[in-house]
Amino acid sequence: MKKLGFIVNPVAGIGGKVGLKGSDGEAVLKKALDLGATFESGQKALITMKALRNVADQLDIYTWPGEMGENICTAAGLSATVIGNIDSGHTTPEDTIRAARSLRDLNLDIILFAGGDGTARNIMDAVGTAVTVLGIPTGCKIHSGVYALNPRNAGMLIAQYVRGKVRETREAEVMDIDEELFRQDIVQARLYGYLRIPNETKMVQNLKSGRGYSESTSVELLSNYIADTMEKDVLYIVGTGSTTAAVMKKLELPYTLLGVDLVCNRKVIASDCTEHEILEYLDQYDRAKIIVTVIGGQGYIFGRGNQQLSAEVIRRTGRENIMVAASKNKMLSLFGQKLYVDTGCEDVNRLLCGYMRVLVGYGESMVVPVTD
Amino acid sequence: MSGKQFVHPYIPNSEPAVKQQMLDAIGMTSVEDIYQGIPEHLRFKGEMQLPDPIISEYSCQRHVEGLLNQNRNAKNNICFLGGGTWNHYVPSVVETIMERDEFLTCYVGDAYTDHGKFQALFESSSMLGDLTGFEACNTPTYDWANAIAIACRMTARANQRTEILVAGNMSPDRLMVVRNYCKPEITVTKIGYDKNTGLMDLDDLKAKLSDKTSAVYFENPVYTGSLESQAAAICAAAKSAGAYSIVGVDPTSLGILEAPAAYGADYAVGEIQPLGLHMSYGGGIGGFICTKDDKEFVGEFPSLLFGLCETQQEGEYGFGEVFYERTSYASREKGKDFIGTTTALHGIAAAVYMALMGPQGFKELGEGILKRVAYTKKKLSEIPGIKIPVSGCSYCDFLVDFTETGKTVAEINKALLDYNVLGGKYMGGEFPEYGQSALYSVTEVHTVEDLDTLIGALKKICA
Amino acid sequence: MAKVKVRNNFQQARWNEPVIYELSTPGLRGIIPPLVEDAIEAGISEDACALPDGLKRKSSLDLPEVAQKQVLEHFLHLSQETMGANLANDMSEGTCTMKYNPRLCETLVANPGFADIHPDQDVDTVQGILKVYYDFEHVVKEVSGLDKFSLQPGGGNHAVYTAASVIRAYHESRGEAEQRDEIITTIFSHPCDSACPATAGYKVITIWPDEHGMPDYEAIKAAANEHTAAIFMTNPEDIGIYNIHADKIVETIHAVGGLCFYDQANANAFLGIARAKEAGFDMCHFNVHKTFGTPHGGEGPACGAFGVRESLAKFLPVPTVEFDGNHYYLDYDKPESIGRVREYIGQSAVVLKAYAWSMMMGAEGLKECAEISVLNNNYMLNLMEKIPGVAHAFQGNGIIRQEQIRYSFQPLREKYDIGSDDMNCRMGDYGIPWFWSSHHPWVIPEPMTIEPCESYTKENIEEYCKVVETVAKEAAETPELLKNAPYNTAMHRRIKEEELDDPEKWALTWRAYKRKHSL
Repeated sequence: MKKLGFIVNPVAGIGGKVGLKGSDGEAVLKKALDLGATFESGQKALITMKALRNVADQLDIYTWPGEMGENICTAAGLSATVIGNIDSGHTTPEDTIRAARSLRDLNLDIILFAGGDGTARNIMDAVGTAVTVLGIPTGCKIHSGVYALNPRNAGMLIAQYVRGKVRETREAEVMDIDEELFRQDIVQARLYGYLRIPNETKMVQNLKSGRGYSESTSVELLSNYIADTMEKDVLYIVGTGSTTAAVMKKLELPYTLLGVDLVCNRKVIASDCTEHEILEYLDQYDRAKIIVTVIGGQGYIFGRGNQQLSAEVIRRTGRENIMVAASKNKMLSLFGQKLYVDTGCEDVNRLLCGYMRVLVGYGESMVVPVTD
Repeated sequence: MSGKQFVHPYIPNSEPAVKQQMLDAIGMTSVEDIYQGIPEHLRFKGEMQLPDPIISEYSCQRHVEGLLNQNRNAKNNICFLGGGTWNHYVPSVVETIMERDEFLTCYVGDAYTDHGKFQALFESSSMLGDLTGFEACNTPTYDWANAIAIACRMTARANQRTEILVAGNMSPDRLMVVRNYCKPEITVTKIGYDKNTGLMDLDDLKAKLSDKTSAVYFENPVYTGSLESQAAAICAAAKSAGAYSIVGVDPTSLGILEAPAAYGADYAVGEIQPLGLHMSYGGGIGGFICTKDDKEFVGEFPSLLFGLCETQQEGEYGFGEVFYERTSYASREKGKDFIGTTTALHGIAAAVYMALMGPQGFKELGEGILKRVAYTKKKLSEIPGIKIPVSGCSYCDFLVDFTETGKTVAEINKALLDYNVLGGKYMGGEFPEYGQSALYSVTEVHTVEDLDTLIGALKKICA
Repeated sequence: MAKVKVRNNFQQARWNEPVIYELSTPGLRGIIPPLVEDAIEAGISEDACALPDGLKRKSSLDLPEVAQKQVLEHFLHLSQETMGANLANDMSEGTCTMKYNPRLCETLVANPGFADIHPDQDVDTVQGILKVYYDFEHVVKEVSGLDKFSLQPGGGNHAVYTAASVIRAYHESRGEAEQRDEIITTIFSHPCDSACPATAGYKVITIWPDEHGMPDYEAIKAAANEHTAAIFMTNPEDIGIYNIHADKIVETIHAVGGLCFYDQANANAFLGIARAKEAGFDMCHFNVHKTFGTPHGGEGPACGAFGVRESLAKFLPVPTVEFDGNHYYLDYDKPESIGRVREYIGQSAVVLKAYAWSMMMGAEGLKECAEISVLNNNYMLNLMEKIPGVAHAFQGNGIIRQEQIRYSFQPLREKYDIGSDDMNCRMGDYGIPWFWSSHHPWVIPEPMTIEPCESYTKENIEEYCKVVETVAKEAAETPELLKNAPYNTAMHRRIKEEELDDPEKWALTWRAYKRKHSL
């Protein structure tokens, strides 16, 4: 028996059809409704829940009232325990947070939520990486890596998880764009943090060749490699994200998950630095290296979630001193794509274009094209 | 084959009408249309210079048998070679199973369609485990030498140390394999031994053990033909230095010799060939690695591991691979090991052999060999000029020193051929301190007449 | 024309066979070893066989005790629960070239002139088998164009590992071993092309394909530098696309001082058609058990023939087989050799079988194997393309496929949550051996790699495609049927697979199983 929590952000995606690019904030929601938008999040979530009928006998479902989950379970023919209370028709992000917290406290196996990037941020604020979750993509902005490909796939993945076919979990990025800039047609995604999701690595018996390794092993191996090969008196500019954080953990150093830390001779020189601070330190060291990871489903190495590593920082550090590290799974999820840079400076972008090595294990790397 | 008129029995679709139909179906006029995918300058434009084909199967059989008849063999000669491949009896039941096309021609299918192969290899591991006293055993690797090498790397990963100590009188050929496989991170150092007893020099062992020592490897029976009676002390010394102990064994000896696990070893490795495989000019070999059923040990196996599990059918024995995500456990290591096609069929043959022998068979086999060896050693040592340079009991293999006869091993072996005897392997190259010595091997296949033939021949040759 | 039959009523043997230990009755036995004659007993003293203290076996030996018929019966049952290539439509194992393994070769290896010769016999007494080695080496030299081979490696991966060892020895001889610590490989090369160099201590740099599925030549140029020890590449890669840049890649690597290793595991379609030499490679290997018609033995015994250019011959494992004009001998005199990768001079039984097979083929026969295998593959592709739910890697890129294809059931996955394993299980119910998906990770989703080599008839190919079509249709109509398959093979769907990963539950031996499951 697996315990599943289920939360729907009923207003997610409502802005999309009427050209509002998001539903964050009451003013936008009201405008959307005035423009004739309808609530579609629940309809999409229903597709997911219907896919769970096959494993219903192995599931205890806990959800919130009305349009936040109860109605969808009923429509899907699934019985569920309903907790909490809402003001139907007027749900807010705070309701999502309250719901997630109440479900977290029930010690569930997984929480399934429907929404967009804003919803993912709410869930993250409520539960962090303590609970395994999975997003049903129903919002108009889906930059976060915490969502299944589509509502049907979300159902399939949950069914696999319930059946014990998918057992591993991994941390996935919660990303969102600046809403104000977005409505001015400027896309600028930010890394807000991480949620823990099921990791659909195939547990298939594969006898002919070596077995691949898991997400966590890959990160551990590349962290070991970076730690083992760190050079003396070199300023290491350690970028944002959980992969670079793993390097810091390996070095047994404190780190800022969403900030840039500076390290030299295995000691932290400065934490959570601004561009200006990094430049000041660069003046003091003869040699520096930047360690960054690949952020987001599009595969950015600069310009998303690490704006502190500005064009000037990159120019002064030099292309040959940039180390990109990411898990093998992350890289394979980008298979056939390119990596992106957006430093705000055309010259530096051009400098970064071409091929770069991405470290994926102990001394093991992949050669990937980079573009702007 | 120019102007050939036949369709090759192994290439059915070369039949012209069939071939044409297939070409028509894909809209091509010739196979050359497919090879357009290869750039012209990368094509081979010449002809391979090979002999004309032997068209009929019978002619091929005659041809190959003609070559094989040029070899002297252990059926029409008495063979006294051992040291890594031994002349044991291969039961007909083993030959029958080895010949089955189901096992012989299968490959890497899952247990759904190759259930029998999984079970046979599981049973093989189980019985090897019983012989050595361990509950974990891999599917076979290439040979004993590679089994040692893999075990060494397993220990180095587990304790993050980089030096292997080996008995100085281990097989030099096996050592060569280990040295290459341990590069570049692990060094291999030899420990001294007593020339007259073949026993490890425990003082030298203790002097060389350090916090760098990952494992100590020794062979029992010893390659130069004795038994390592200090086995327990060696394992204990390794343990007290935080190192693992690895013992190389001849599995057929374990009906009478103590199981390595019982005297404190962490790993037992060895050769599968004596368990029902023909010598086949070295083509019968396969290696096994047994160890403790503990995550610390099992997690380091690079090889496939087959385990029992349940299926949807109640009461059915299912099989699958154990600890599939093993590499995640081995994440501390820098290098990793590769796996691939090795010697699975030999593992199955060994399973049949061990099942036939049972505990009684192994005990009687071992006792019989000890006696035959003792008889041969005694009679040989009575011949003037011949010495048995290493004292103590021997199992199968033992050294014979001809130095004082004034003849070389090569000369003696040449002369022995007149008696249809294949003499022992010259050892003076590998171990100069033993002079003109040869490694002889006596097993259950040798009758007293065979042994007396050898003894009589050597008496005459060395006179 | 022969009939095409889908085996709707197939049923594999399912004996519900006990584990051999469960057949045990104390006191029984399967065989009696030769008795010791009285003359021997009489000739030795009583203490001559006294084992040293502590070495005499005191711990119990719990081997099964079973009479001979029951041992034979047991293993015959197990054999029947296994699908060998000689008894099934086994184009399933793409990249493995599951060809017919002639029975004649089994007769030959059972000959006492081979089965009962010891590898340490004086070379004068084994001239016949040494000639077999020498002449088979000539075959692989002709097929590759390279100058010298070692038949010592015990399999394909082992040969690739040998290549990594030779590369290290080469750079050591030039004083560049420390500097050259990187190996470049491509993502669709066999995984051993990265795993083996990694085992030998190299950093591995993997190249992604370009948009056509070919290794990205520009990326290789970017990756090659003064640290490059070598490139390891399969051609065609495991998706069946011939690398048209092969020679340019070789030039690039040579220009920076690296060596080039050609993984020829997929060579069957190119015998007499294209060779390592013309593409400029320094080294290559063949999986003798694939390309040269010898059986796979359920994962060996096998042989990886490893070949090099003359300038690298001094680094090969010892000994090599040589001929002085009238006498074959073993040459150990190679001071720069990497040593050994295996005991003796290789998997002799595999070499003997491959020799016999090659002699029956001759140059034209080898070429015919190649031509028919690519024809078979393209004929099969033509049928498979018409089956709804079946796609293939880099479909529609306009490149003609060679000897194999990586298909994909991703369309079935997206629509019906049916994946490669479900297809595999259900196809078994129609008598099709477990197919090879692809190595991990699955870059091509829900893969199936098929290689219909020259041994298969047109009807075999049509039967295979019919089964795929039938099962793909079942996937659309009754996906649950596939989720619980197989029904007609020797084993049902595994449950509680997690126990295989649980140290408290897993069992590698019967003894462990009994202990952990309280039997």
